[in-house]
Amino acid sequence: MKGFRHLFFHELRSLAISPSTYIAGTLFLLLVGVFFYQILAQFAQEAQDRLPMEMFFTYFWIPVWFMIPLLTMRSFAEERRLGTLDALMTTRVTPGAVVMAKFSAAYVYYCLLWALTLLFPILAAWKLGPASGGALLKTIPLYGGYTFVALSGLLFISVGILCSAITRSVLVAGMLSFSLIFVITVGATMLQNATGSWLSDYDGVVDYFRLFRHLDDFTRGIVDTRPVLFHLSAALLFLGLSTLVVEGQTS
Amino acid sequence: METTQPTAPALEVSGLIKRYGALTAVNNVSFTVQRGEVVGFLGPNGAGKSTTLRVLAGLLAADAGLVKVCGVPVASQAAQARLHLGFMPENNPLPEDLRVIEYLRLRADLKGLRGARRRERVQKVMELCDLHRTASRKIIGSLSKGFRQRVGIADALLAEPDVVVLDEPTIGLDPHQILQIRELLAGLRGKHTVLLSSHILAEVEQSCDRVIIINQGNLVAAGRPADLRQEFLPGERWELEIVGDPEPAQAVLKTLEPAATVTSAPVAEGVTVLRFHTSTGPQFGEKLLAELSRRQVSVRSLRRHEASLEDIFLAATKRGWDGLTPKA
Repeated sequence: MKGFRHLFFHELRSLAISPSTYIAGTLFLLLVGVFFYQILAQFAQEAQDRLPMEMFFTYFWIPVWFMIPLLTMRSFAEERRLGTLDALMTTRVTPGAVVMAKFSAAYVYYCLLWALTLLFPILAAWKLGPASGGALLKTIPLYGGYTFVALSGLLFISVGILCSAITRSVLVAGMLSFSLIFVITVGATMLQNATGSWLSDYDGVVDYFRLFRHLDDFTRGIVDTRPVLFHLSAALLFLGLSTLVVEGQTS
Repeated sequence: METTQPTAPALEVSGLIKRYGALTAVNNVSFTVQRGEVVGFLGPNGAGKSTTLRVLAGLLAADAGLVKVCGVPVASQAAQARLHLGFMPENNPLPEDLRVIEYLRLRADLKGLRGARRRERVQKVMELCDLHRTASRKIIGSLSKGFRQRVGIADALLAEPDVVVLDEPTIGLDPHQILQIRELLAGLRGKHTVLLSSHILAEVEQSCDRVIIINQGNLVAAGRPADLRQEFLPGERWELEIVGDPEPAQAVLKTLEPAATVTSAPVAEGVTVLRFHTSTGPQFGEKLLAELSRRQVSVRSLRRHEASLEDIFLAATKRGWDGLTPKA
């Protein structure tokens, strides 16, 4: 992992000066803000059987679908297109360090954006007062929801990094990343719906891959090690594949 | 594990083969570059120059053969080999959004330079490449081609490598910029071993001690320009300008060098230029002038032409295309 620290800070800096970072960030916060407002409006109209933040996190996938590709598509594809990856590989850095630096920088930014969304319930609770706003700051859905977001972010960003590593085209990397994240997010649910009772014997297996099931558990305060293992192992798998791809480009 | 051998040649390439599918880009190429040498690496487009240099830099794995940098095998000890090598790739890819000084600092970090040495080396290479006055704070994307090449060379020199490999450092530059880069390269002589790939043969001829010529993936010539002249274009080429009737001069030439093929062409009214090739050495000129003077032939000038590197390159690559591949 030689050179990781320097590359990580370089990547953070690159993200900080890249317009696409701010476009992704602004769109993300706008979209998430709209969802949050809609949820508050629903609660104002009639009582709901779930807490507002539980409902808020059920929309996590919409901003993820466009933000992760925007955030990761340039990471390797642009460097390969420009040839700067070659220049990088002539130093003593290892492919693993390059992959981890790009991944970590994107992950930090991803977590930062989600952390900013914490302002929505805080500001709303402050505005509404303790009587109405207390439900917004219930700790279990907040902790659970943000833990899920942080955990699934590992997986989504590793997918984006892999998609960027396998092509020179930023556009192709973005489209690939979007498609794979789409499949990961709703694939298991769609499979269950499409097959009906035919796959019922394997419900447990399919459930293991259902991200919405994981989210439900987390926001209700159930921290099961299986989804934790799923997200971590899948992220490691994609990062490992990315490292092999980057290594393979020098052979 | 092998360690650096202080007496080992700077570069050793032995039986290098690199294939891309059915295409053999580099076919059994072998050469050695001794420490302190400045060597030109020549070849037409698609000859396999960049592929060879990328293998040397550890960016491509060879299909066969052995490549060593300062005695360290690149294939098995790539990280160790990179410590001895500064490489500027073809087209000199640089990040567009960094300032020159930021980029060089980052590269210094990635090359393992720390603290005072990092500061000192960044400053030193910027001075060496004349980047310290105006360019150091400029965004790389806004630099001219000449300054971008300087940044690439500065990066290659940053960690004071034993060997500097520059792939087409003067491509796309105007004559002023080429002159500046040439002066920069001249400054490296004696401090680094330099392997320089270039299309500009005058550039190589002026900068390099030796040249290596490859064509269609095969090594077709290697040696000092003077030796290659003897190998590929032996003898002397002459140009004689005669005022008046050229017939007596042609007769003298036939007498002194019966095998010479003489071509004549009028260059001005009453002035003819005779071009011919001899194999009797440069002293032929004195004999010729004495004889012409004795026969009262009016001579305007006599010039001996030394074959340029371009002539050698054309002869060597032609030989390569003809299927003759001499040993290095």
